[in-house]
Amino acid sequence: MNNVLFFAHLKDEVGAESLQIEAKGKSVLALKQVVHDTYGLSSIDSVMTAINEEFAEDDDVIQEGDTIAFIPPVSGG
Amino acid sequence: MKFGISKEPINIQEVIDHVVQRNAGAITTFIGTVRELTKGKKTLFLIYEAYESMAIKKLEQIGTEIRERWQGAEVAIVHRVGKLDITDVAVVIAVSTPHRADAYEANRYAIERIKEIVPIWKKEHWEDGQEWIGDQLEKVSYPEGKPEAKHLDE
Repeated sequence: MNNVLFFAHLKDEVGAESLQIEAKGKSVLALKQVVHDTYGLSSIDSVMTAINEEFAEDDDVIQEGDTIAFIPPVSGG
Repeated sequence: MKFGISKEPINIQEVIDHVVQRNAGAITTFIGTVRELTKGKKTLFLIYEAYESMAIKKLEQIGTEIRERWQGAEVAIVHRVGKLDITDVAVVIAVSTPHRADAYEANRYAIERIKEIVPIWKKEHWEDGQEWIGDQLEKVSYPEGKPEAKHLDE
């Protein structure tokens, strides 16, 4: 299983900070599609993704136990 | 903490103390504060949220980038999270270097990089609503990007 984290407006839209999703073997892009379809998160297509706290690309493949975080455009500072 | 996320008000002097070094000829301090008016709209307060563990790593990465680019630099950065009122301090960046020009430049670099790669978000609350703010640089993604001097003037 994979812990999938949501922040900012994504968290509000999903209604949860994190979800357990079986994403092993999926690409980041494929997981985004699942989240898009299951939770109606259309904005997921344009956010960054982190795997285990490092930025990842859409074609990176998710391993068992990886923590995935969807990172909306940041606004710190 | 030299690179940190704080739920409490930031102790500015403590951040500065982290970069004191015998070879420094200058320390620059940037203090980001909560502004009341943005494009004429009145903000009541802000909520900052962070992906804390990753945010600390990315702040440390900025420190590493600065030490690579500016010889002899020391860096400390602390960002606040939670509810902040107008005039509250949101971020403190201290940079020390042997010569002052580098201290100014490197400090500017740090705040611009924070706005690119550090997973922190602010939600603005107004009299008539609230919204998560994103994409203040009008770009979408910057994975591991190199020093983006061109962004500094935006």
